[in-house]
Amino acid sequence: MIKTSYISKTVQELKPSGIRKFFDLAANMEGVVSLGVGEPDFVTSWSAREAAINSLEMGHTSYTANAGMLELREEIAHYMKSRFHVSYDPEEEIIVTVGASQGIDIALRTILNPGEEIIVVEPCFVAYAPIVTMAGGVPVTVQALPENDFKIKAEQIEELITPKTKALFICSPNNPTGTQLGKSDLEAIAEVVIKHDLLVISDEIYAELVYDEGYTSFAAIDGILERTILLNGFSKAFAMTGWRLGFVCAPKEISQAMLKVHQYAIMCAPTMAQYAALEALQHGMSDVEDMRSSYRRRRNYIVKSFNEIGLDCHKPGGAFYAFPSIRKTGLSSQEFAERLLLEEKVAVVPGDVFGESGEGHIRCSYASSMEQLQEAIKRISRFMERFN
Amino acid sequence: MHLNGQELELLRIIETNSRIETADLAKMTDLSEEDIQATLQKLEDMRIIVRYATLINWAKVDEYHGVTAMIDVKVTPKRGVGFDEVAQRIYRFKEVESVYLMSGAYDLSVIIEGRSMNEVAQFVSDKLSTLDSVISTTTHFILKKYKHDGTIFEPTEKDKRIVVSP
Repeated sequence: MIKTSYISKTVQELKPSGIRKFFDLAANMEGVVSLGVGEPDFVTSWSAREAAINSLEMGHTSYTANAGMLELREEIAHYMKSRFHVSYDPEEEIIVTVGASQGIDIALRTILNPGEEIIVVEPCFVAYAPIVTMAGGVPVTVQALPENDFKIKAEQIEELITPKTKALFICSPNNPTGTQLGKSDLEAIAEVVIKHDLLVISDEIYAELVYDEGYTSFAAIDGILERTILLNGFSKAFAMTGWRLGFVCAPKEISQAMLKVHQYAIMCAPTMAQYAALEALQHGMSDVEDMRSSYRRRRNYIVKSFNEIGLDCHKPGGAFYAFPSIRKTGLSSQEFAERLLLEEKVAVVPGDVFGESGEGHIRCSYASSMEQLQEAIKRISRFMERFN
Repeated sequence: MHLNGQELELLRIIETNSRIETADLAKMTDLSEEDIQATLQKLEDMRIIVRYATLINWAKVDEYHGVTAMIDVKVTPKRGVGFDEVAQRIYRFKEVESVYLMSGAYDLSVIIEGRSMNEVAQFVSDKLSTLDSVISTTTHFILKKYKHDGTIFEPTEKDKRIVVSP
């Protein structure tokens, strides 16, 4: 007899991800065109795959240093400096993690005392708030609003700050909205963060995937680096989701504390994946450029198409998601997504699963072939005619 | 010739799929359909866009019996015209698919398609090696094409990603 009490109260109270329902529904249908996928449609470059194979052939199958191979951390430090103008010491300020997700976990477990609050900017990746909760903290959500093209305003954050607030958790370019915060947006937020002596957890996993202007890392804003835990990784930029490899950068004191959590929880990230990542950083930047161009074309295509068929859609600066409004149809996000799947076999993710201001929107990933996107637009257009 | 960013972008898109519709090209590049048409016309007039071709995997067609040979040709360049004149004498033969001037051990790389090995052999001995400037030829027959112009002939693998993920 299995008792509910075997499961911790915290975990019992976690809500299952709203994405799960759509996965179950779509996974069993034939002929679905999916705009619901949150990962690149590219396969990892052969040179990175080959480097991993070679590492196996050479017998590199043991643990690495807890923080990851020094050679890889040095390459990451060089990359962060040359690409994003932020300096981290590879010996003490960079930890290679099992995806950026594990970086989030160790960051939160390292900084949170029970009951302390993390301000989480929504709509966002579904795991942020649950990980805060599991780390003993309290997620306090703040909504980036559609009328601001989903850019969070500094004053919205400031209103929620209490003596218990420990950190701000932010992601740009954003999953699911694609919104990119520019330098001036970040500077305004930075002012509030410094004024109230908060930490920042900045998820920059989509940093390479920006299409109109250069990328500004939050850590590159004056006075912010020393209070920032920066998350990044190889999944999106290098199309390496399945390798589970990310990294976290933070000032020495925080990094060394995170390393304690990391070494007890996981020892180190997978060795062969680290070799693949090293190759990707050393020789893969032209692949990144090619993928970026390809995403840019598809973004332009899908945003234009949505607006043409009556789904108002702001032009997202980055990531690979469009987040059109479906309010005109009078349906809720859930109803829209469910009917679209059942009636036209197009899978999208209802916006409300990413936070309440996502209601009235759907997340459409354009990390699919042009042919798939064209077919999806055809079907959605047919679906939209029912509401005219 | 200098091209602007939009012209380059257009070339990169149609290089792998020239059948994509003008309306879709316009959406992908954020240009108007009229601009797309005008740009394509201009690039065609400049002969930067030379031809809209189709890549066919003839090996899958039973009715096709052709063979392809790559021939390394050593030639004597001529004063004043260098390699261009002999290249021209070679590329004018309709059997010749491609001619490239090469660095390295030989001068011209000539690709020939024929209906049989015999036909190719005959072309090499009768037409090519008898040209005044040609010093020697080495003929290699292609046995199997794996990848051509950036495209792998094997069927691409299906999308293995899970249909909905965060």
